[in-house]
Amino acid sequence: MSGGHAHHQLYLDRETAIHRLAPQCKIAAVLVFVIAVVATPRETDWPYAVYALALLGVAAVARVPALVVVRRMVVEIPFVIFALLLPIIARGPRVDVLGVSLSANGLESAFILLAKGTLGVVASILLAATTRPRDLLLGLQRLRMPETLVQIMTFMFRYVEVVLAEMTRMRIARESRGFQARHAGHLRVLANSAGALFIRSYERGERVHLAMLSRGYVGRMPVLVDVRSAPSQWAVAALLPLVAVATTAAAWVIR
Amino acid sequence: MHVPDGFINAPVSLAAGVVAAAGLAICLRGARRELDEKTAPLAGLVAAFVFAVQMINFPVGVGTSGHLMGGVLAAVLVGPYTGVLCVSVVLIVQALFFADGGLSALGVNIILMALVTTLAGYGTVLVVQRLLPNKRASAVPAAFVGALVSVPIAALAFVALYAVGGTADLPLAEVALAMFGVHVVIGIGEALITALTVGSVLTVRPDLVHAARRYEQELELRTAPAGS
Repeated sequence: MSGGHAHHQLYLDRETAIHRLAPQCKIAAVLVFVIAVVATPRETDWPYAVYALALLGVAAVARVPALVVVRRMVVEIPFVIFALLLPIIARGPRVDVLGVSLSANGLESAFILLAKGTLGVVASILLAATTRPRDLLLGLQRLRMPETLVQIMTFMFRYVEVVLAEMTRMRIARESRGFQARHAGHLRVLANSAGALFIRSYERGERVHLAMLSRGYVGRMPVLVDVRSAPSQWAVAALLPLVAVATTAAAWVIR
Repeated sequence: MHVPDGFINAPVSLAAGVVAAAGLAICLRGARRELDEKTAPLAGLVAAFVFAVQMINFPVGVGTSGHLMGGVLAAVLVGPYTGVLCVSVVLIVQALFFADGGLSALGVNIILMALVTTLAGYGTVLVVQRLLPNKRASAVPAAFVGALVSVPIAALAFVALYAVGGTADLPLAEVALAMFGVHVVIGIGEALITALTVGSVLTVRPDLVHAARRYEQELELRTAPAGS
């Protein structure tokens, strides 16, 4: 799962047309783009080149350096490993590649998984790099995600750094006493830390809630920044998914 | 691991998204019962806790380490509905902000890691609690069994989804068997750390363990005979 998310800067501050788009337009565009990519028929491979070019175009307009994208692509390592296993475990006719007998179906599936998965990862990275986290949350609210859910996400996002710092302090405290997790017997120590971390997080939640009540919280957060979207913004944002949907449709017709 | 884009085909991914949305709607109602107007700040902080605790690596064997998923832990500590919301929020944030888990596979991931894990795990916790003596310490072994059961069941649910919407021609029976075997081992690690964490919270703040609330007793008023 989510091994070592370094929780550092996700957003790249630039002044480009893509940064200026309303967040809800960008979220919807990425969602439609990804679904179109996933719906690509199995027998074709040329559409992936079109999708990749479209994403390259977005990255170029948004001035997101390739290095930033590549560095964040480490999250896909687990499914790359799975994709590499597919040709070995899949059934169907075998082909010889460098003296190893591999499943033809597995090879094809591995390529499709890598292509679709990577395009999805890059699209998400571009979304996070061009949209402030706060705006992403506002965008979700604009897209009619239930308000309570958005509020939970907002609180999580605001306090995750605090909780992580708390956890780091506990780790430093453990290590300064000479602790090092070596075998399963040490689980108890880690579990005690996790338990303490839960209690501290929960109690912080209670304090935050009381502090908010005293400032007039009635269950809704006031909207301070309006992220209204103009039809022209939707038109610009629709370019990427339109290219993808057209490509997928073409691939289904001429496959 | 989070399911990426392209692992499950588009129709099944979309259907999973609809099911996940319906599940979340039910949990939003349930969470209000568990936490009332405190829902947002408390669930937010618990979600941050789940996010953080997933980073604690524990040694499994020679050179390998595992980490907690936290679905059953969250359910036992704050209640099943809030637990599902917290894990789902973590999944949404991971997909949207960190590109971890495909956006089109978000429904699949929420079904597997939040809904199925909690349903199977917390359901088991309730059954085990019924079988064990009616005292607070029973919550610890119940959490152990619940977490142990939840991981392989989520893995089997994944194989089932893959059988419907998978993209590669895999020998499903063997894959299911292998997934089950591997995830029983992973489940033992998850179960150990879940039970130990619940136990440690239980000693410090028993009132914060949702699954232990059933053991709370009404305060009894006893009047001492006058003048003794």
